[in-house]
Amino acid sequence: MSESIVRALKCRECGQEYEIQPTHVCEYCFGPLEVVYDYEKLQGKFTRELIESRPQTMWRYKELLPIDGEPQVGVNNGFTPLIRADRLAKALGVKELYIKNDSVCYPTLSFKDRVVSVALSKAVEFGFKTVACASTGNLAGSVAANAAAAGLESYVFIPEDLEQGKVLGAAVFGTNIIGIRGQYDDVNRLCSEVAGKYGWAFVNVNVRPFYAEGSKSMGYEIMEQLGWKAPKHVVVPMASGSLCTKIDKSIKEFIKLGLIEDNGTAVYGAQATGCSPISKSVKDGTDMIHPVKANTIAKSLAIGNPADGFYANRVIKESGGWSEDVSDKEVIAAMKLLAETEGIFAETAGGVTLGCAIKLLESGKLPSDESIVLCITGNGLKTQEAVMNEVTKPRIINASLKEFDVLAEADGVALN
Amino acid sequence: MTVTVRIPTPLRKLTGGADEVSIEGATIGAMIDNLESAHAGLKERLCDENGEIRRFVNVYLNDEDVRFLNGRDTELKDGDEGSIVPAIACGN
Repeated sequence: MSESIVRALKCRECGQEYEIQPTHVCEYCFGPLEVVYDYEKLQGKFTRELIESRPQTMWRYKELLPIDGEPQVGVNNGFTPLIRADRLAKALGVKELYIKNDSVCYPTLSFKDRVVSVALSKAVEFGFKTVACASTGNLAGSVAANAAAAGLESYVFIPEDLEQGKVLGAAVFGTNIIGIRGQYDDVNRLCSEVAGKYGWAFVNVNVRPFYAEGSKSMGYEIMEQLGWKAPKHVVVPMASGSLCTKIDKSIKEFIKLGLIEDNGTAVYGAQATGCSPISKSVKDGTDMIHPVKANTIAKSLAIGNPADGFYANRVIKESGGWSEDVSDKEVIAAMKLLAETEGIFAETAGGVTLGCAIKLLESGKLPSDESIVLCITGNGLKTQEAVMNEVTKPRIINASLKEFDVLAEADGVALN
Repeated sequence: MTVTVRIPTPLRKLTGGADEVSIEGATIGAMIDNLESAHAGLKERLCDENGEIRRFVNVYLNDEDVRFLNGRDTELKDGDEGSIVPAIACGN
């Protein structure tokens, strides 16, 4: 399979089509551009058997990712575990629960490695030598790492107050890391202006239409790992709202290509209450997204002016899902619950996803007797500050068996 | 009031390639109307049929989103800096 099925870039608002090029905004109405495909060219050629015969990376679905030929960057990225989470399911009173665990995504432990490998592969195709991004942290690390491995120069822009793990997790790759005084939305605005002035591939500005498509691989994997089946319900964390729309797109594409049956999958969006413009719009029954000033420990989701909010809102409503938001306290409690029941240390955004799922189950919006997938998108080691004071500290003793015996006895540990 | 406005790449075809223009106007709304007079076609890119700033357009005044100020009625001072930025995103 060598012929690309990518047709064009198409404006999501007015439908105007553009040739494939590094641009992201419609010249006529400012609407966002999206990659569109000629799916009929794949009919009968893109089969379960073909996919299964390929290496376990996100590129086993390369026909549905907008690159020409073979990937140039991030060839090993993706294909994370889908866990049947029975212990968590029991704690929540749920029949069939799965966790898509992108907290162990290769190489930088977040789902951003998916979008970045597509964006940088495309940037190389376009001939760019320098890549850049506006980031809440995970993206910065992923751009820096994948650029380093591909021999590309990189500039990453972050809010200055990010978690230490995210700053270090980008800086170590020798990138040019720029901290901006302000919130993510300020970083975003600056980057849009920088992108217009410098001839770089900004993964989430001028190559954003390609970048965003990488998220679909998370959905493809979920369906393949469920045994070529879509879940009944999927809960997705939302910042810009992009992931939500791409999971939905991935399911519709697999249905269209005959790879799965339509299971009527409902998509649910999760936000932190301190930054919940999309969740609020869904709950208020409107499609108007009112920008907010973000204030939450879930910094990777702290986008007050979500570019894909409108589309996420629509996907949620049309699929029959719902949206919820949780307090910082609920985020931490959920992070601990996930860690203690399933051995998965998710970042704050994972706490948001699980916390919202719990609320949706309590309100009955999410039924407990059908299959549910929770999308965990980042690793807790990068947001240690959130739980640093919430976990038990080590008890310090000397290397003395007697001292341990005292401790064990206090714990009520039985001797064999 | 004379303000400078930074023009994003997708709109520079309408400004003869200029990445910044000087424009008069007492408010953001008037500024947009005057942009239209100087560079025909700009307003319909920025505003919907009711004259509201489009969903995917962010207009900043001195680095603050005008949605957090008074929107179209936000008043301008001499030397203010405006910027037009298409909505973009990262995070999840």
